[in-house]
Amino acid sequence: MATFEVENLSLHYLTRFGNKVHAVSDVSFTMEKGEILGIAGESGCGKSTLVNGLMGLFIPPLYPTSGDVRVNGESLMNRTEAEVRKNVLSRKVSMIPQGAFNALNPTRRVKDIAADVIAAHEQGVDKKQIYDRLRQRFDLFGMDTEKVLNAFPIQLTAGERQRSVIGISTLLNPQMVIADEPTSALDVSTQKVVIKMIFDLLEKGIFSTMIFITHELPLLRHVANNIAIMYAGEIVEKGTTEQIVFDPRHPYTRALMGAMLSAEPGQRQRKPVAIEGAPPNLANPISGCRFADRCPVARPECKLKDQKIRMVGGRQVRCDYAD
Amino acid sequence: MPTNTPIFSAKNISMHFGSGKKLVKAVDDVSFDIADGEIVSVVGGSGCGKSVLAKIMLGLYKPTSGDFTYEGKHITNQRDHWNEVQCVFQDPFSCFNQFFTIRAQLKAAFGILKNKLTDAQVNERVDNALRAVNVLPSEIEGKYPFELSGGQMQRMLLARIFALRPKVLIADEPTSMVDACVRANILDYLMKLKQELKMTIVFVTHDIGLAYYISDRLFIMHEGKIVESGTPDDVALRPKSPVTIQLIDDIPEIHKEWIKR
Repeated sequence: MATFEVENLSLHYLTRFGNKVHAVSDVSFTMEKGEILGIAGESGCGKSTLVNGLMGLFIPPLYPTSGDVRVNGESLMNRTEAEVRKNVLSRKVSMIPQGAFNALNPTRRVKDIAADVIAAHEQGVDKKQIYDRLRQRFDLFGMDTEKVLNAFPIQLTAGERQRSVIGISTLLNPQMVIADEPTSALDVSTQKVVIKMIFDLLEKGIFSTMIFITHELPLLRHVANNIAIMYAGEIVEKGTTEQIVFDPRHPYTRALMGAMLSAEPGQRQRKPVAIEGAPPNLANPISGCRFADRCPVARPECKLKDQKIRMVGGRQVRCDYAD
Repeated sequence: MPTNTPIFSAKNISMHFGSGKKLVKAVDDVSFDIADGEIVSVVGGSGCGKSVLAKIMLGLYKPTSGDFTYEGKHITNQRDHWNEVQCVFQDPFSCFNQFFTIRAQLKAAFGILKNKLTDAQVNERVDNALRAVNVLPSEIEGKYPFELSGGQMQRMLLARIFALRPKVLIADEPTSMVDACVRANILDYLMKLKQELKMTIVFVTHDIGLAYYISDRLFIMHEGKIVESGTPDDVALRPKSPVTIQLIDDIPEIHKEWIKR
């Protein structure tokens, strides 16, 4: 049985004029133990909204439209915010936020921020026990444990802060960790250290599945087992990393790969191609393929017919004409 | 007009903060010349001093020691300096005032210029600048900064540069907050600035891949020093300094082993 299942999940925001913005539409996937799923797409495609939905955390104006999220068969939907915070977050699904600096309270020491997480979820553990547990856990991260635990966030380097945030997010051994651009604020060398730490935690079984959100496809190539590409709230293509990176089939995935650039020989002459235009406004009802306006190979009928997920070359693609 | 006087000339400049035990050498004995019309990239990891160097070029810091000149002269008056040297920063959201419309702020930017233009001239230049970054003037009419997406905001920052037409642009990580598609767009606009307005551009980034694509010359910085400099092909493909080798090694590339799982 899959450890993490998402079934036809749709989410919308309710504006104060009563309009619905359908930020995420009909997302389905399953994940097995030990799997890292990469989710990529441009800004505003619904990645971060999806994250909130996967935690079952619906804070107005975000509401679930339909669908289900299950961890080990147990649904996360239809829970109050208090219940989600008590029983789901940190225990079942945990999130690593993007800006490590904003995630840590600047007026408190790292050990106190971390101790709060344990104290909020477990009754009757005394402070000494908590600190011992923290030391044991932070010893795994390859940092100067005493220094980091006793430091205020501002005294740490960006890499130490991000590793501390990951450490705090995974203190209670959650089933699933969702990392929303965990390394995009770091330089390349620090990024590598952080990714190594994530692999290490996964191998030690501290968490069992991970969703890694980023728009850096070259990074996903090394991190993820499977990749899902999102566009305008929908998954347009999902397959193994090899399939998506080396043999993309959906026109959008192909365009995304064309926008990449790197310092490899010969790449200086190759011009990265930006995708012209902007994604559709999700507040308006959309008919037909959502990428049709920007698609280089669009046909007239694309704008008329809703595209359904179908299997092409061993992966899921949301395009009737992909081959 | 390309002249023989370099745009920026630095001789043994250092920028130190604090003193005694807490002395931080942000820029440490650095010398370089940047010629007119060149695109130079300054590449390095966090805390290597690249942003401090950018601020020295903008005249926001005065080097603690050494000689730093712009077109052969020391920077004495910042307002005069900013007539000709302008910047694009990393975070577009913190660069605009949320309480004024985009157009009002693009127009207000002309206040720095010495030769005053009429309102009609300013409007025309703003419209042309917006078209240069593929935004129709009508798209942003009456809009406030929070109504735009990150990519559009970053383009507005570049539109400001197209409107002001400075001689020199200092771009401090202009692409680190945007996704890959927008990044390719922004690089196109930077190239356009160079081609159409013959602008000298100093591009500060931690991504050597980007720097490789755009620049005429690369500086690699580490702990306040320039450890390697040269043409993109020399530096990126035949690196000599261990710092450069490490920087290139740490970039996840599609066709190269990175970390084994």
